[in-house]
Amino acid sequence: MSNRALDEQVLSALGIKEEPGEPLGLFFWICVGWVGLNVFGAIFANLLPLPNPLIGNFNAVNVGPGIHHLFGTDDLGRDIFSRVVYGSRVSITVGIGAILIGFGIGAPLGMLAAYRRGRFDAILTTVMYVLLAFPAIIATIAVLSFWTPRSLFKIIVVIGIASIPLVYRVIRTATLSVATKDYVIAAKVQGATDRRILMRELLPNIAPIAVSFFLIGVATVITLEGALAFLGLSVNPPTPSWGNMINEARTVLTQNVWLAFFPSLALCLFLIALNFIGDRIRSHFDVTEVKL
Amino acid sequence: MLRYLTKRLMLLVGIVFVISVGSFYLIHLLPGNPATVILGFGATPEAKAILYKQLGLSKPIYLQYFVWLGNILHGNLGISFISQTKVSSVIRSALPIDAEIIIISQIMAFAAAIPTAMRSARKPDGIIDRVLGATSFTLLSIPPYILIVVLVLFVSIKLGVSATGPSAYVSFGTDWITNLESLSLPAVTLATVSYVVYYRVLRSDLIATLQEEFITMARSKGLSQRRIMWRHAFRPSSVALLGAASVNIGGLLAAGFVVQYLLQIPGLGYTLILAINESDFLVVQGIVLTVSVLVVAINFFFDFIVNIVDPRISRE
Repeated sequence: MSNRALDEQVLSALGIKEEPGEPLGLFFWICVGWVGLNVFGAIFANLLPLPNPLIGNFNAVNVGPGIHHLFGTDDLGRDIFSRVVYGSRVSITVGIGAILIGFGIGAPLGMLAAYRRGRFDAILTTVMYVLLAFPAIIATIAVLSFWTPRSLFKIIVVIGIASIPLVYRVIRTATLSVATKDYVIAAKVQGATDRRILMRELLPNIAPIAVSFFLIGVATVITLEGALAFLGLSVNPPTPSWGNMINEARTVLTQNVWLAFFPSLALCLFLIALNFIGDRIRSHFDVTEVKL
Repeated sequence: MLRYLTKRLMLLVGIVFVISVGSFYLIHLLPGNPATVILGFGATPEAKAILYKQLGLSKPIYLQYFVWLGNILHGNLGISFISQTKVSSVIRSALPIDAEIIIISQIMAFAAAIPTAMRSARKPDGIIDRVLGATSFTLLSIPPYILIVVLVLFVSIKLGVSATGPSAYVSFGTDWITNLESLSLPAVTLATVSYVVYYRVLRSDLIATLQEEFITMARSKGLSQRRIMWRHAFRPSSVALLGAASVNIGGLLAAGFVVQYLLQIPGLGYTLILAINESDFLVVQGIVLTVSVLVVAINFFFDFIVNIVDPRISRE
C-alpha cells in the first residue's frame, strides 16, 4: 500500500480530515475571465463598435484576417469577428436557458425524491431512468424537425426538457449523500420543518456540485446546439450562431479556411473554459465524484 | 440473476413503449392536417388513401396509435412520399454504413484507451498521466463537428489524401479499399470522441482497483507488472469500461449523423437530415424509431454482458 493511502486511512481512523480541495489556481481565474468576456460580448454586442453582422461588403469577399476585418470576411463579405461575437448570443442564450429549465424542474424533484424516499422516489426515479434511456440528441432532432417553424424559444424548451432527467439524477445522488448526515437528523429531531431542512441544511451542501454541474451542463447544451445548427436545425440564417457559421463554412472550406476556423476556436475555447471551471469547482469542494 | 434480468426486461418493454408513443406522436406535432403536410397540396386521392390507412387518420387519436403500432410490428413503416420507396428498405440500406463506422471507431478507441489508461493508472500524477489528462480534457471540449471539419481540412484538402473528402463514399461491395478510405475520417472522429470517455473512466477505475488488497497480494507473490495489470486489475475494471461504452452508444450514433452530413455518406444520419429538409416525415419517423429502439436494445445487451463479467451486480 502506498504511503498516501496509508496516511489517509490513519487520518480517517482518527477522525481527522485533511483540508478538502486543491487551490483554484491561476488558470481557473483565466477561464472565469474568458467566460465573463464572452458573456459581456454577447450582452453588449450592439453597443460595441462592430460592423453589422448581417450586411456584407461585396468589395471585400473572403478576405483573410487583417486590420479592417480582424478575423477576415465570409463569402458574402460579412465581418467574421462581428458574426462570432453576435453568434455567441445564440449559444449562450440556449445554453443558459435550457439548463435553467432543466434545473428549475429537475433539481427540486431530485432533492425532494432523495429527501422523502419511499414510493414517490421509486416511481420518479424509474420514470427518469426511462426518459434517460432515450438518447437526448436524437429526441431533440426528432422533435425539432416536426415542430416547425423552428425558433430560439422552441430550441430552448426542447433541450431544456431533455436535460431534466440528467439534472434530476445528479441532484438526487448529491442530496442522498448528505440527507443521512448527522446534522440533518439533528435538525429533524429539533422539529425543523421539511422546508427548512431542504432550504437551510440540504441546499447549501449540494450547492457546489450543483454549480459545477450547471456549468458543465451549459457546455453540453452549447455543444448540442452547435450540432443542431451544423445540421441546419437551429436558428435560421442569416442570424449568426457558432454552429451555423461552421455549417456555412462547410461549403467554402477550400476558399476560406478562416470562416470555419474562428467560430470553431471561439466555441472550443468557451467549452474548455466552462468545463475547466466546473471541474475545478467540484474538486475544490472535494465532493465525491458522481458517475455520469 | 434471472430475477434481475426479468426486472431489466420489464424496464426495457416500458422504455420501448415510451419511445413508440413518442415517435407516433411526432406526426401530430406538425401544424395542420398530417396528410396535407406530409403529402403536400397536390396529392392524389390514392396517395391520401394509403396514408390514411397507414396512420389510421380517420380514427380517434388513441386508436390511431394502435393502427400505427400494428403496421410497425408487421415491419411496415410506410412509404416515402418523395422517393416512393419503402421506409424500411431505406433504413435497411443506410444502417450497415453506421454500423461499419461505429465498429471501426470502437476498435480504434479501445485499442488506444486501454494501454494509455493503464500507463496513467500505474503512476497517477506522473508526467505521462498529466500529459494524457490534459490532452483528454482538451479533446473532451472539442465537438465532433469541429473535429471532422479540421480533419477534412488537413487530411483531404491540405494533404490531398484521396477518397477522404466529401461525397467520396462507395459501398463496401464495390471497392472495399476505397470504402474504408472514405470512412476513415468519420471513424477517427468517432474514435476520438469515445477515446476520451473510455480513457477517463478506465483510468479512474483502475486507480481504485489498484488500491485493492488482492493487488497487494498479487504484488507480494512477485507477479509481473504486466500480469497484474491485465489479469488482476483490468478484469474488474473492464466492467466500468463496458458501462461507459453502453452509455456512449447513443451519443456515438448522433456524432455519426453530423460526420456523415459533412461528408455526404448515405448512412442513417445523412438520410435523416435529407428527409428533414425534404419534409419526408415518414422517413424521419422511421429512422427516429429505429435508432431509439436500437440504442435501448444495445444498452440492454451491454447490461447483460456486464452481468456475465461481474455477477456481483445482479446480486445487489
